[in-house]
Amino acid sequence: MAKYLLLKHYRGGPTPPSYPPMDQWTPDEVEAHFEFMNDFAARLRDGGEFVDGQALSPDGVWVRSGDEGRPPVVDGPFAETKDLIAGWMVIDVDSYERAIELAVELSSAPGPRGEPVHEWLEVRPFLTAPPNVTD
Amino acid sequence: MDDVQLRALVPQVLSVLVRRGADFATAEDAVQEALVRALSSWDDGLPSDPKAWLITVAWRAFLDLARSETARRDREARYDTEPPTGEVSSADDTLHLYFLCAHPDLTPSSAVALTLRAVGGLTTRQIAAAYLVPESTMAQRISRAKRTVGSAGVDRPGDVRTVMRVLYLVFNEGYSGDVDLAAEAIRLTRQLVAAVDAPEVSGLLALMLLHQARRASRTRPDGSIVSLADQDRSQWDTALIAEGIDIVQAALARDQLGEYQAQAAIAALHADAARVEETDWVQIVEWYDELLRFADTPIVRLNRAVAVGEADGAPAGLAALVEVDEGVPRREAVAAYLHERNGDLELAAGLYAVAARNAPNLAERDHQTRQAARLNQHLQRNP
Repeated sequence: MAKYLLLKHYRGGPTPPSYPPMDQWTPDEVEAHFEFMNDFAARLRDGGEFVDGQALSPDGVWVRSGDEGRPPVVDGPFAETKDLIAGWMVIDVDSYERAIELAVELSSAPGPRGEPVHEWLEVRPFLTAPPNVTD
Repeated sequence: MDDVQLRALVPQVLSVLVRRGADFATAEDAVQEALVRALSSWDDGLPSDPKAWLITVAWRAFLDLARSETARRDREARYDTEPPTGEVSSADDTLHLYFLCAHPDLTPSSAVALTLRAVGGLTTRQIAAAYLVPESTMAQRISRAKRTVGSAGVDRPGDVRTVMRVLYLVFNEGYSGDVDLAAEAIRLTRQLVAAVDAPEVSGLLALMLLHQARRASRTRPDGSIVSLADQDRSQWDTALIAEGIDIVQAALARDQLGEYQAQAAIAALHADAARVEETDWVQIVEWYDELLRFADTPIVRLNRAVAVGEADGAPAGLAALVEVDEGVPRREAVAAYLHERNGDLELAAGLYAVAARNAPNLAERDHQTRQAARLNQHLQRNP
């Protein structure tokens, strides 16, 4: 088993497919999308592949400690931050192929006119603890 | 004996150990151990006196813990004698425990965790699951909290106001895991009402009961939000509502108004309306004005603006909204609603979209997105 992070970006990935923001969809299209997302997470849970899923607020700031004798630096929020993470899902699956398969499925959530949104998702393997058998 | 009855014994058992001279932190660990043992061994049959059983097992566990700490070796001799028989625990002991767990030196999250364990009798695992943190994290939070209480001195505990704030937090946050925290908060508040005679504590209990009564109708099975106006009022728990209204009326009759009683009065007026059209919004606005005297917060002002909008019309509501700070969570959602009621649909649709973006949780984000989509479709069809 290996853990993968499926990362959803508001911005920062390859050029996103263009479709109107969700408040411009019809109520039925919105409903179908929410239902797909709920079902997807439920299926992962039932299949024993779900670890965690979280959505993030679009507001965030950059923080770093200050130089000696200076206060910490807190910057933002920036309207035009290049990369903006919307949320993630952590899955625990048997193979890389399965991780890709699930990401493809999640990316095909229905959008306007019921067509898949083809949203980009970033798939990142977790670095794991070293194995016990080393030779 | 069910799990809740068992846990009701926890503060009594803990009080007995503390009264026998055990230090709070170690005694609390010992009671937790006895509790875990009871949960596993009572399946085969209840002891004839569950409380005495818990006291005996907890006391032995305490002795073991005290012995195993070499630094406390000198104390061992003192404890290793036949323990005095435990007296019947009084309400005062329970109250003292509440005060300890809501110690002013504790952060809110620590006070919540400690209260749920030492007064509520929940296991660390259950508390961790309810707040979605690893068990080891919660264990650490609790043991640090106990050290804080210990070093700050048990002679300077919290007061009933800090206890109420902790119970209110328990009621309001954390809904997952195998423990219903809202129900647990109600149980602990009932216990507090029994131990201390104060109208505000009754007000807090009434507030919880009246909100709990509407809980089932507030969300759909998929977790989506149903607004107050759209709730199926036949699903409301009439027994809880009746009890809540009785309690708040009795409290108000004592003429020592406070913020929890005022909030409970507002909840009672909502619960009392069989249909949303029958809601007495004028009286609700009056109660918000009372509430402002005790808690002049942007959130109270925001909720008041909604009530004013219902009582005196959307323009009045929008005027009240002007007095609410920008940046208050849900302000755009309220503005959108009031503008929609005022017939300014395009502005409302835009504000619903902003409200969705700024929503503090997923359920609200989805709810506001639905509102925006609904209005935008209406606008397209009726240009």
